[in-house]
Amino acid sequence: MAVGLPENVFLTKLDAAASWARSNSLWPMPFATACCGIELMATAASRHDMARFGAEVMRFSPRQCDLLIVAGRVVMKMLPVLQRIWLQMPEPKWCISMGACACTGGVFDTYAVVQGIDRFIPVDMYVPGCPPRPEQLLAAIIEMQQKIKRTGTTFGREFAQRQTPSGPPPFDRDEVRRLQEATAVPGLEIYTPPNTTIGL
Amino acid sequence: MLELKALHDQFGYDITESRFRDNRRFLVPSAKVYHVLEYVWRELGFDTLADLAGVDYLEYPGATDRFGVVYNLVNSVTGERVIVKTHLNPPDLELPSVVPLWHAADWMEREVYDMFGIKFAGHPALRRILMPEEFTAYPLRKDYPLKGRGERHNFPVITRAES
Repeated sequence: MAVGLPENVFLTKLDAAASWARSNSLWPMPFATACCGIELMATAASRHDMARFGAEVMRFSPRQCDLLIVAGRVVMKMLPVLQRIWLQMPEPKWCISMGACACTGGVFDTYAVVQGIDRFIPVDMYVPGCPPRPEQLLAAIIEMQQKIKRTGTTFGREFAQRQTPSGPPPFDRDEVRRLQEATAVPGLEIYTPPNTTIGL
Repeated sequence: MLELKALHDQFGYDITESRFRDNRRFLVPSAKVYHVLEYVWRELGFDTLADLAGVDYLEYPGATDRFGVVYNLVNSVTGERVIVKTHLNPPDLELPSVVPLWHAADWMEREVYDMFGIKFAGHPALRRILMPEEFTAYPLRKDYPLKGRGERHNFPVITRAES
């Protein structure tokens, strides 16, 4: 080479080297609550074999993981658990929202089901499908790897700038209207929305 | 074999029976339901509580009472099945618990309490079983909207910068 480097030496940026290493050894945290979890298991099993992309080390402790895969619907009672798991994962970390239910609530548009986890935790990649095929999840993981290589930094500087939630505002317009029309029940503070003006 | 006449002799004539195919339903006033259930368990051997469910009859055609509680009993020796029903109206939504008779009633009564707000006096731990503890509504009541009243959106939002 022109600069006279030996053959077994190459130059790169530290950010690129760290992101390359991280992207090729993602440790997923499976948050499997429904049928998407079965597809997630199939993705990890021999036929589809997530190990080909370096993401086979499923850890059931959030402290050891850097990729949260939310597979399945999340209900009100589970969302604090999910948020806690997300907060317990060490930086740098990423999140894949797998399937229609995790992305939007799917067909479960009921009182107990959270209408998309991106309203409450950051999401980097959405996988459509009900449930998605393992190939789709593999495609999302490959896309995730490319995103990490593209945007990743050694000390996670890119995360500090993302101060807005990745999802829609937690209130839907028609729900806000219905809340305003509904008669208030005195003494039930959970009925009082924290930020009703969002999105109006 | 549970006969209506035996119940009439024991508990008075305000107990009625209805049939659909081989289902036999006994409609019992709520004040007497514990005594009737105790009688059919102790005297007639209905040792299994197969199901205990609540019903909300709001806007149900022809219904005169608001809530129903249905006990589905099985005699495991003879295989005989009997359904005991009772009706409740607000504001007096309280029934005696049948946990002393069948332990199976424990979680089923908690579920009926969770979904309909019907209290069971004497239950060992009448807490919500499905919904979170801080939930204040009774979601299976017909006057509760299907999409809730915003409880599912009432959580803190975590952004990238703060996690």
